[in-house]
Parts: sequence; C-alpha cells; structure tokens
Amino acid sequence: MSNITEKYPLDTHEQRLTVKDPHPRHDTQGDIDEDERLRRAMANFAKNMNRTTATYMEACVHCGQCAEACHYYVQTGDPKYTPIWKLEIFKQAYKRETSPFGFFYRLFGLKRHISVEQLGEWQELIYDSCTMCGRCSLICPMGIDIATLVGQARHGMFHAGLIPDELHEVAERAKIEGSPLGATASVFEDRADWMGDEFDTEVNIDEDQADILVAMSSIEIMKYPHAIGATARILNALGESWTFRTEGFEATNFGMMAGNTEWQKAATMKLINAAINCGAKLVVLPECGHAYGALRWQGAAMFGKPLPFKVQHISEFLADVISSGRLKVRKVDQTVTFHDPCQVARRGGATEAPRVVMDALGVNLKEMAPTGDFNWCCGGGGGVITIHRADKLRYKVFELKMEQVEATGADTVLSTCSNCRQSYNDAKEHFHWDKDMGSLLELVAENLVEE
Amino acid sequence: MDLLDFVRGPGLQLATIIFFVGLVWRLVHLYLTLKKTDISEARQGGEIGGGLKAIFSRFRHHEPFRERTRNGSIIAYTMHIGLAIVVLGGAPHILFIESFSGLDWTPLPSIVIHVAAALTLAALLTSIGRRMRHPVLHMLSNFDDYFSWLVTVLPVLTGLLAVAHVGARYETLLAVHILSFEVFLIWFPFGKLMHSIIVFGSRYTTGVTFTRRGAKV
Repeated sequence: MSNITEKYPLDTHEQRLTVKDPHPRHDTQGDIDEDERLRRAMANFAKNMNRTTATYMEACVHCGQCAEACHYYVQTGDPKYTPIWKLEIFKQAYKRETSPFGFFYRLFGLKRHISVEQLGEWQELIYDSCTMCGRCSLICPMGIDIATLVGQARHGMFHAGLIPDELHEVAERAKIEGSPLGATASVFEDRADWMGDEFDTEVNIDEDQADILVAMSSIEIMKYPHAIGATARILNALGESWTFRTEGFEATNFGMMAGNTEWQKAATMKLINAAINCGAKLVVLPECGHAYGALRWQGAAMFGKPLPFKVQHISEFLADVISSGRLKVRKVDQTVTFHDPCQVARRGGATEAPRVVMDALGVNLKEMAPTGDFNWCCGGGGGVITIHRADKLRYKVFELKMEQVEATGADTVLSTCSNCRQSYNDAKEHFHWDKDMGSLLELVAENLVEE
Repeated sequence: MDLLDFVRGPGLQLATIIFFVGLVWRLVHLYLTLKKTDISEARQGGEIGGGLKAIFSRFRHHEPFRERTRNGSIIAYTMHIGLAIVVLGGAPHILFIESFSGLDWTPLPSIVIHVAAALTLAALLTSIGRRMRHPVLHMLSNFDDYFSWLVTVLPVLTGLLAVAHVGARYETLLAVHILSFEVFLIWFPFGKLMHSIIVFGSRYTTGVTFTRRGAKV
C-alpha cells in the first residue's frame, strides 16, 4: 500500500512537474527567535498606529465588499484575498493589545495571541497578493483606507524579518548602493551621457543652481533609459533651469514598499537634500507610481516639516506646460488606451493630467472600462513584481488588464509608470501578447515642436 | 416586581448606563489616540467639505462597483431603512422616546410599520444566511458578527410577536421585547453595532485625506 501523502496532489496539467496549490512558504530574514519576531512585528505595527488608523481598525463591519474591488479575489475567487482579511491578524492584535476594550479581551482570553506561524502565512497576503493599489479603499462602505493599513502591516513584517527575500534584497540594495537595480551615480552618469548623445541634447548633471531638480526611476535608468533623454529634450526645449544631481537622482523607494521607515527616509532625504543643495523650487518626479507617493505625499513627514519646494509627477508637469502654451506638440495619428498608475491616479489625485497631454497630442484615446480612478492595477506594484513565487498569481490578475485592453481595440497602451510598463512587458512576453506598452513622456518628446 | 416592571425600571436604567459608559469610553479612547497631522502640501483646499462629502457619497457605491455589490447593498439598505422606519415611525417607540426626551412627532400608519418590520426581518434573515454561506463573509465572520446580528434581530422579532399577540400574554411579549432592546443597548458599545457612529469618523477621515490629494472620494 502506498504511503504517499495526498496533501499535495500532483498537477499533471502544468508544463513542469509541480503540485496543485502548493502551500505558500514564507521567507525569513535574520537569526531572531520566534518570540522576538512576534514582538517586533506587533511593536512596529502599533508604532504607527494613530487616530486615523485606529478608527479604521474599529470601523470594519465584515461586509466583505472590499473583495469585489480586489483583482486578486476577482480573478481567483479565493476568499483569502479579501483585502481586509489580509489585515486579520493585525486586527486581532490591535483588538487584544491596544483597542478600547483590550483589557476585556485579555482578561477573558477572547482574542488569541498571534503566532509566528500565522505571521508567516500572512506574508503571502501582505506582500505577494497586495499591490496597495487602493481599489478596496474606494469601495469600502465604511471608508476604511485598507491600502494604508497594509502599508502599516508591512512595517511590522519587515522588522520581524518576515518579508519575501527578493523584496528584502532589492530594498537592501537600494539602501546600500542607492539603487535597487545597480544604477549607481557613475552608472547613471554614463547612461545620461549616452542618452544625451542619442537625443542630441544636453543632459544637465550636478548644476550648482537650478530651478528644477529632476529624478529618475532605476527601472528607467536600466531598462528604459530613453526617459532620461526625453526628459532632457523637453526641459531644454522649455529653456528651463534644471539639473539631475548625483547625490539624489533615484526616485524609487523600496524601503517604503518593503516596510522599513528608516530606509524610506534615507531614500527620500537624498532627493530632498539634492533639491535643497541646488536651490530647486520644483522637483519633477519620473514616470513611476510609488515614487510619487513617497515624495509628494509622504516626503514632508520624512523631512519632519513641509518641503521647501513643490513636487510634481512628470505627467502633471507636462500637463501644466502644455496647458499654458509653453510646450507645443505635433498631432499623433495613433489609437491608444491609457493605463492609470494607481499611485499617481487613484492614490495621488493626478488622474486628469495625462489626459490633458494626450488631448494635446491628438491621439485617438479609447478609455478602458473601468478607467481613471477605478482602473484595474497592473498587478506589479507594491514590490509584487520582484517576488518570483508570486508570478503565477500576478499573471492571473494581469488577464484582467488584457481583457480591458483588448476590449478597447487600441494597439498601444500608454502609461506614466515605468513599473507598470515593466509589468506589462513581462506579461506580454509571458502571454505572447501583441500589444505594445509605451511611455507618454517619450511620446511627447518624440513629437515636440521645437522653435 | 414582575418582569415588565423590571425591564421598564431598573433594567432599562442599567442598560442605559452601560450603553453610555461604554460608548463614551470607546469614543474617548479613540479620540485620545495620537493624531497624525498631514504636512504634505495639499493639492487643493476643501478638506472639510471633502470629509463631509465622503460621509454621504459612501452611502452608495461608485458606479464601477455597483454590479458586483448589488445583493449585499440591497440587503443592507432594506435592513437599515427598515429599522429606521420601525424605530422612528412606530407609535410606541415615539412614546418611549418622548418619555425621556420630550420630543414627539406623528407616527407612521401601523401598516407601514408592520410591512417595514417584516421586510427588516426578512433582510436580517437573508443577511445571516448569506454570511454563513458566502465564502468571503463566512471567513471574515466572528462572534461579534453573529452576536450583533442576534441582538438586532431579537427586538424586531419580539416586536412583531408582541404586535401580533402571538406566543404569550401581551405583557410578557412586551417585557421580552423591551428586554431584547436592553440587550441590544448593552452590547452596542462593545461590538460592531458601534459602526453606526464610527462610520462617520472613518468616512470623514478618508474624505479629508483623499481630498487633500485631489483623489476620488
């Protein structure tokens, strides 16, 4: 008689030898005993608890409607992907330790202690299957901003050494080298020089004084370097006083996505100091979603006081200079659809800016359904694209995007986030999909009317 | 002292005291939690207006979400509106409210109250069935969800029985009805029934934050 366990039956339909629905395993960092991991997880979750987040914790009525906004639940039908469930163990810890009736729960043992095993299980829910896209925050009848709470839960997980290894590696590399992809200052200078030649334009680096500081995403520097040349061409055409600064050119913030506030602050302060050093009045952020949230909405909190300069996403900057008539563009005979980066649109409020730019370009825009603030996430944000074990799930949720894009009939998808672009291109290769993903910034640079 | 005297006298007083003390404690505890001030530069003003807007706009899902949430919304609306009609429109309830507040208003016709109560009961029964069967709701549910449902359904059920004079003497049915309301009052501050107050805080907070950013509320 066979003694083979049936716990993990083989999946004979997959191309490679595998099992059906493997139990998600979790990664750990550091040599920390279990009690200490638990203590750190809860302490760092509670550390950022404030009136707003406490109110959110108290408000949930378990209506489950957030599931209907989440691409992970919608695409899999698996209830564990219900957004508020991703916070369940932290909610239990909150109720037991810090809620108004915490003493009551502890006295009568009404809320059990959370275990490290549970935290490990929850790693998949907090990292692999949440891009913090905030669609759930928009559907919640109680108005709970679930995405913010997931970010807070990540603080706890990071300090407990319980985050996916790849994301930890990327975030740590960003902390040590200043870039998650090896885009050090010298690499950046080399590539900027190359792009200056390619675009036949001056790329200003380390100017002593400039009105505008420009930052780039490592993804752009290493994978889509045309963004450097495109930005330079546009700013030069406008006659702006602008510069990149080698002490602060990297806009991505993997410390924030991983859940380490110190690393987040270190990355943010590089940009802030670079802007202060050159006397910039404006920092223009690149086509990157989370970089926008990190500086535009969280930068001042990291700095400890209001920022002494304005912050704009490149799409906002382009919309402003086009609307004011300072930048002229040629009409483009192209049918496109637009993917709204969650952190710029839904979470950032700059939903209309790219549409102003596309209107000026005269493209035939076929909006997705739903679009704008309600657009579906690409599935690669929040650091998810770095997590290899999440690939299968990520591709599953990307099928939603493919359906959306196909329904528009457009040949090209434009966006203003290089991480979304990376996510699209990866999925395009995976699915042998024939749609192209382009950059709105690059389209503007290609169609400048230079006088 | 019989049961009716007890529930109309010391029972009601005790329930009211627990209700208010629990309510104040829970709200004060929340209020005393550290307030974090957002010092990012607002894209636009009107945060207070945005907060108030969120309180009202979240009564209805944004259009892209409506289809997938239709069943839950219909049940929730039937239950909440039905309860409001019964509690605020029923003649005995208005008399009760007048007894401690001095306020009174014209009651709705009995038939409206009876229909509303029956619909409310049906919505409550549907909601518990759905909670037990729907994979998401079943997974999310805990003691609070089921007990809060129980203390909500009992006053509706006993109220209907009292009106219909079914099952026992009217005085007994009335006493049980009032007792069930007192259990509701006592549980209110401790569980999810508090959402009827906290909802304004959470919606307002999110409305303020999102409005600062110029994001959809």
